[in-house]
Amino acid sequence: MRAILTSKWTKVVVFLLCLMPLASLGWRALHNDLSANPIEFITHATGDWTLRFLLITLAITPFRKILRLPDLIRFRRMLGLFAFFYACLHFTTYIWLDKFFDLAEMWKDVAKRRYITVGFTAFLLLIPLAVTSTAGWIRRIGGRRWQQLHRAIYFSALCGVIHYYWLVKSAVIRPLAYAAILAVLLLWRLAVKYWPQPQPATADLQPKPQRVQA
Amino acid sequence: MLIRKAPDLTYADVTPKSLYLDRRKFLRGMGIAGAAALAGARLWDLASPNTQAFAATKFDGLIKSPFSTKEQQNSYNDVTHYNNFYEFGTEKSDPSKNAGKFQTSPWTVSVEGEVNKPRKFSLDEIIKLGPLEERIYRHRCVEAWSIVVPWIGFSFSALANAVEPTPKAKYVAFESYWDSKQMPWGRYAGIDFPYVEGLRLDEAMNPLALLCVGMYGESLPNQDGAPIRLVLPWKYGFKSAKSLVKIRFVKGEPPTTWNRMASNEYGFYANVNPKVDHPRWSQAKERRLGEFFKRETLMFNGYGDQVASMYNGMDLRKNY
Repeated sequence: MRAILTSKWTKVVVFLLCLMPLASLGWRALHNDLSANPIEFITHATGDWTLRFLLITLAITPFRKILRLPDLIRFRRMLGLFAFFYACLHFTTYIWLDKFFDLAEMWKDVAKRRYITVGFTAFLLLIPLAVTSTAGWIRRIGGRRWQQLHRAIYFSALCGVIHYYWLVKSAVIRPLAYAAILAVLLLWRLAVKYWPQPQPATADLQPKPQRVQA
Repeated sequence: MLIRKAPDLTYADVTPKSLYLDRRKFLRGMGIAGAAALAGARLWDLASPNTQAFAATKFDGLIKSPFSTKEQQNSYNDVTHYNNFYEFGTEKSDPSKNAGKFQTSPWTVSVEGEVNKPRKFSLDEIIKLGPLEERIYRHRCVEAWSIVVPWIGFSFSALANAVEPTPKAKYVAFESYWDSKQMPWGRYAGIDFPYVEGLRLDEAMNPLALLCVGMYGESLPNQDGAPIRLVLPWKYGFKSAKSLVKIRFVKGEPPTTWNRMASNEYGFYANVNPKVDHPRWSQAKERRLGEFFKRETLMFNGYGDQVASMYNGMDLRKNY
């Protein structure tokens, strides 16, 4: 497993997989298969994938710990950047194909419509994270503060899910599914942080379980 | 790719259904032949049986209605593959996928309440009530998209006159078919079924209010509200209840589904009004399916001449 995770080819494969949603949109566009309302279709697809990539990114740490696969960390930055990539496509679709670069209209929307306010916030929160995603920036700000900064992804994902919930007319099942997954991912973090670490009752007889560093 | 030209075609030129069905099969085939990875997310689609309804009755000798618009009609494919019918799922593509096996024959509509001659009608009996007309209407969804559809039917007033509403009848309540076995997707729609709608009696008697049994020259496809529905072109689409089973003339304002669900967002009247926004989005503009740029939304969806007088003296901000 470790060999697979650390192979550079795996990274290439994951990278290509992450491009599949975009490729699928391109394929559908070529075949005139973007529904009767292509702009809405693209807006929804890119929004869905932004949320999915945010959740996948947030799932890396729990999976590393639970499955004891620390090498999964090698994919976290890429997945996070893909979340940002699809967020950019989502925002571009909105500002271009919905608002036709009418910035005044956009600000009116952001101020007046709470689902846009919260969605726009989710997007803004991702920008500093994308900018500081390089090794150079981790050095410059220092690992600890970098980590603190990058906790903004929790709020971005939260805003993203609320954005989706506030936008649907009545079919709340899907936004609630995203919310449930996000809740699990965030509560796991809280639990790890605040749950008392289990003490082995028969410490003398058993080897002490290795504590995984957070 | 996104810019789809609005071709100079009449609906006689619309791709015959058998042809575009073949095209879809071809595309599905292409999907299988194409990269499996690409198809990954769509495997489910590919595996699903083609549940397209093939049975359709052609209507001949339709009267051309003076109410028809000369605007470019949307394609049959657009109107049948992009619409809301929450009983069959909440995605725009769901009704076309899920309504294929919907049983619409035999069909009866019960007309009752404050009328002298309450009775149950079979679909055939209703169709015989009036000469069928083709009416090409603009149709504006509350979600800010719009289409132009050649509907078939006649004014609802023909049915009303057949049952003779009493002076006590002030409103009309409409109820759509609901069967959780045939429509299991509806359980996750987030709204209560059966779907109910309502009109003031004068609105229902307005000649524009269409009792609709077909479109594009033939009977209604299941996903568009077969076998009989309302079409109210000056109101948001959700007022035009589909697959009607009960029509009740009543004294007081009847409850309506979306109003019950969120009364601050969906009023009883729901007249198309560019000046009164939905709380969550603007109603000033709309996207006509097939067009790249949005167009301005018209008051009463452009049917003010026929309907505006019914709302004289009413505050349309309050009665949205």
